Amino acid sequence: MISARKLVFAVAALAVTAGLAGCGEHDQVVAYHQGEYQGKPDTRPWDNDPGASLYTTSKWTKGDKTSWENALKSRTQNQNEYTRTE
Amino acid sequence: MARMKFLCDTERCIACNGCVTACKQENEVPWGVNRRRVVTLNEGVPGERSISVACMHCSDAPCIAVCPVDCMYHTEEGVVLHDKDMCIGCGYCFYACPFGAPQFPQAGAFGMRGKMDKCTFCAGGPEKDNSKEEFAKYGSNRLAQGKLPACAEMCSTKALLGGDGDVIADIFRQRALTRGKGSEVWGWGTAYGKPDHPQQQAPKGAKS
Repeated sequence: MISARKLVFAVAALAVTAGLAGCGEHDQVVAYHQGEYQGKPDTRPWDNDPGASLYTTSKWTKGDKTSWENALKSRTQNQNEYTRTE
Repeated sequence: MARMKFLCDTERCIACNGCVTACKQENEVPWGVNRRRVVTLNEGVPGERSISVACMHCSDAPCIAVCPVDCMYHTEEGVVLHDKDMCIGCGYCFYACPFGAPQFPQAGAFGMRGKMDKCTFCAGGPEKDNSKEEFAKYGSNRLAQGKLPACAEMCSTKALLGGDGDVIADIFRQRALTRGKGSEVWGWGTAYGKPDHPQQQAPKGAKS
């Protein structure tokens, strides 16, 4: 037979578990999945060859998201005159 | 990378409308459509502020939520785009948007609403990147060229920042910490430096 003390402990543990379940850290922004919306799938910017466009100035490796991001990050610093004037 | 965002520094914006012009020119935006506009608050009153407003590329975009034909989407870098081939021009996104970003070109003799047009963060749309079709429907795709939006890059006072949210937030933080606040931001001392001998009297007869 289950003692009243064990029962109270089990109920309390259950309540704490249920209560803390809401504290999880979930991504709160919409994540894009290719082809999930109703329209046409889009190509990703880093999938382009840097030499494909006549006006491309940044350098990155085709298909490499990180190198494209780094190229854009360094270009973003052109908007920071504190680094430009150093 | 976080997400692509715009940030307008109201201490710097001089309402020159350079961003509006750059956007119009870069994307060949038709008459009647302004993807970006400059809003001045308390115009003519000391302390007036101007801010450049366009689509803010919301992380949880209400326009995407209300679109009845589900023609809007987030790209991986956080830009809100839409498929004009699917858009029915109903205007729900305009009602949902808190910034008035979606625009509707007037088409036909009776000014009927055309398909929605808005700021694309210079990221084009769901057509082949940098193709004629993409340019005709959505304008320039500068992200695919490794560039940032024309409005931000053309801003003369660098009031409008565009790019990865974390990076432009760092730029703005450094700027805000360097310039201080309140009367430190502007005035004679900030513009021309403080006098070496503040107690020294101006010579008699000299022009002030």
